[in-house]
Amino acid sequence: MATGIRDKVAILGMGCSKFGERWNAEADDLIVEAAEEALADAGIDTNQIEAAWFSTAIEEQHVGKSGVPLAMALRLPYIPVTRVENYCASGSEAFRGATYAVASGACDIALAVGVEKLKDTGYGGLPQRGRGALNSMFWANVSAPGSFAQLAAAYRAKHGVQRDDLKKAMAHISVKSHDNGSRNPKAHLQNKITEEAVLKAPMVAEPLGLFDCCGVSDGSAAAIVTTPEIAKSLGKHDLVTVKALQLAVSNGQEAQHNSWDGSHFATARAAAKRAYHEAGIDKPREQLSLIEAHDCFSVTELVTMEDLFISPEGGAVKDVLDGFYDADGTIPCQIDGGLKCFGHPIGASGLRMIYEIYLQMLGRAGPRQRQTPPVRGLVHNLGGFPHQNVCSIAIIGRHGA
Amino acid sequence: MVGIASLGGYIPRLRLSRKAMVDANSWFNAGLRAHAKAERAMCGWDEDALTMAVEAARDCLADHAREGFRALYLATTSAPFEDRQNAGIVAQALRLGSDLNTMDVGASQRAGTTGLIAALDAVAARGGPVLYVAAEKRRAPAASPAELLYGDGAAALLLERGDGVAKFLGSHSASVDFVDHYKGKGREFDYAWEERWIRDEGYMKIVAPVIARALAEAGLKAGDITHFCMPCTLPRVIPGIAKQAGLPESSLRANLDGLCGDTGTAHPLVMLVHALQEAKPGDKIMVASFGQGCDALIFEATAALPAMQKARRGIVGSLKRRKEETNYSKYLAFNDLVKMERGLRSEVDKQTPLSTLYRKKDMLLSLVGGRCEKCGTVQFPKSNICVNPNCRGHHTQIDQPFSDFTGRVMSFTADQLTYSPEPPAHYGMVQFAEGGRMMVDFADVDVGKVDVGMEMRMVFRIKEFDPARGFTKYFWKAAPVGAAKEV
Repeated sequence: MATGIRDKVAILGMGCSKFGERWNAEADDLIVEAAEEALADAGIDTNQIEAAWFSTAIEEQHVGKSGVPLAMALRLPYIPVTRVENYCASGSEAFRGATYAVASGACDIALAVGVEKLKDTGYGGLPQRGRGALNSMFWANVSAPGSFAQLAAAYRAKHGVQRDDLKKAMAHISVKSHDNGSRNPKAHLQNKITEEAVLKAPMVAEPLGLFDCCGVSDGSAAAIVTTPEIAKSLGKHDLVTVKALQLAVSNGQEAQHNSWDGSHFATARAAAKRAYHEAGIDKPREQLSLIEAHDCFSVTELVTMEDLFISPEGGAVKDVLDGFYDADGTIPCQIDGGLKCFGHPIGASGLRMIYEIYLQMLGRAGPRQRQTPPVRGLVHNLGGFPHQNVCSIAIIGRHGA
Repeated sequence: MVGIASLGGYIPRLRLSRKAMVDANSWFNAGLRAHAKAERAMCGWDEDALTMAVEAARDCLADHAREGFRALYLATTSAPFEDRQNAGIVAQALRLGSDLNTMDVGASQRAGTTGLIAALDAVAARGGPVLYVAAEKRRAPAASPAELLYGDGAAALLLERGDGVAKFLGSHSASVDFVDHYKGKGREFDYAWEERWIRDEGYMKIVAPVIARALAEAGLKAGDITHFCMPCTLPRVIPGIAKQAGLPESSLRANLDGLCGDTGTAHPLVMLVHALQEAKPGDKIMVASFGQGCDALIFEATAALPAMQKARRGIVGSLKRRKEETNYSKYLAFNDLVKMERGLRSEVDKQTPLSTLYRKKDMLLSLVGGRCEKCGTVQFPKSNICVNPNCRGHHTQIDQPFSDFTGRVMSFTADQLTYSPEPPAHYGMVQFAEGGRMMVDFADVDVGKVDVGMEMRMVFRIKEFDPARGFTKYFWKAAPVGAAKEV
């Protein structure tokens, strides 16, 4: 029986570049910005890294394929470097690679770096690109907002929610994330917005308006992981360790079999169940201190609160409107602004979420620090479309918790 | 004896207001004001001669078994491919199998009737069934009278030995190199000569003798004809011909000018199907057309016709299924008559790997998915391992056509971000009554009128056009069942 990853790997150091429209930065500039912060935080030298995992999702827009761009940017000393891609959950995949390498004993210190340089397409939003030869010939003409927007239609139909009530809850989510982002100097969007502005914004994909969508950003994030013993030997006291790493990938059931109703993520529910088991959590609503969810769209965050078994099914609208997930609520969600405002450089996003949980655990989050000292944080990193996606759940917390 | 065993028709749902067209262009050509009344049928951005041919043929075949056909002929002068058999694409979409003789007929406005005579002769000589389809989507220059008079549409006939719903009594043709208009190689549009000459030296001299010979072949007198179907966009020509030929005034069929416009080489058949939908057993129907000569064919409605009239949408039903379009700019854009700023998102390379298309032709052009023989689960696409979590059978799926399924919208959106020639792009998950589901593009929907639970049927449409290589990609979309029946 597998014993899982709980407390076997500690985060030695983390870094994150400023996210945003980094017109004057190349991908390697962003990588170095994040990695230098992580190395300084870890208190190690580049030559102490024994293996690295590198995540980018839309590499044809910037670095191209393979692990070479990371090795070159950081001048890594002929160590194994693996490039990973798993839709928008790529960053978590890099972290998983590095963490598993340490847990297996294959190496003592491993690096995970994610980067995306998206602002060289000439237009806003994610790049329009091919989906593979056959897919391009029969897939619907889906965009990211268009596919996630459908959660709203199915959620309303299932739970009998009025369009305006759902829009109001979605607006609350966006207003909250902008409030949080305004206290984050690395965030792409640091402006506050009003519910009225959200509701009046131009439509992107019915019913998602402009403020229901996250920013598309340039940025990089990095994590250096090791064993708790080595971390202590390097002088670390307050250890932050990995409690669970789970991934669930659609197998076509949602897209092709009539057993999924379109209102939730089948993958998120499967991954969350396994992650809670791995982390020893049985009452997530009581045991989690904060969440970084993959809020690519406001409605994604809303339904995810149910998929993580924190809000009861059909109950997310009430919890959201009650402020349960606000920065001063019971379980703050996106205390750093989330994808919505911190930004979404795809390959870096999963690592950015872990970065925030890590800072919060160590009380280093500055003006956005959660007041009650947090114990366990959950990172939900999603890629793809509601009907076929990749969902990663990571639980990070104080060592021994 | 050879006869028409079934009939079908398709006129696109959009009807462009001629007033809107004239309002846009009469500053330039005041003469257009004479045509400012009524409307013309207009393809959606994702429709062309082939998609209309498929819809007309599906109407015609209804629940007819999709096997045992001898041939499928397609008549059109607006085919999307100059060298790739267009009839073959229609046959593939209809799942008629490869044991089939397919042929494109074109190069003249008379192609629709010329091909029909050849098809009838083929059935007489070698037997049927032969599916005969004519479809047209002609482009005309902006601000031309032609763009006001033309319309888009298609008609289909199933030809078999026996009397069918209308038996073939005879025909006659004349071949005359009378060039009223022509379209040279590589040219976008027609080049036409003076109308008075076309009328006096063309129609008025060439047609009547052909009618007389066709009547003689059928053993009929001019007075026997009860329906005379002959398209012509020039005024007063057809009544003149009827008078010259001795056809009863009462036999003159409305040319549908104000309802759908002149559907080119498909129009004699569109008028024939329309006439068949209104004829009584025993009625004698003459269909004629003009174009470098003349064809005339005569049919007699049989006692089997009334039942058929109730069972088909045909042209009558298609004309009732209507949505007015008053935006002339949309017509210009859909027909590539104006340079549009399509945005950077439209610049994705759209190359079609032809080997992939061939390998997956049943899936892509015929919408064939899979049915698990072990658990019965219907799924799209067909795959090696069953999608049912309680089955997961390996290599258990047989072909399952999805094209005649109806389903309901489970989720949807109207997407302003993704590139579409007609934003917002509507698409969503459609769940079929027979099982299976598909995240699929929607067609023929209106902004604000889509909702969860809406009943949808599948239609063969253009998926996208590759402007770099001139390649039209087809796939199936979901369209509201209501819009198909709408009156």
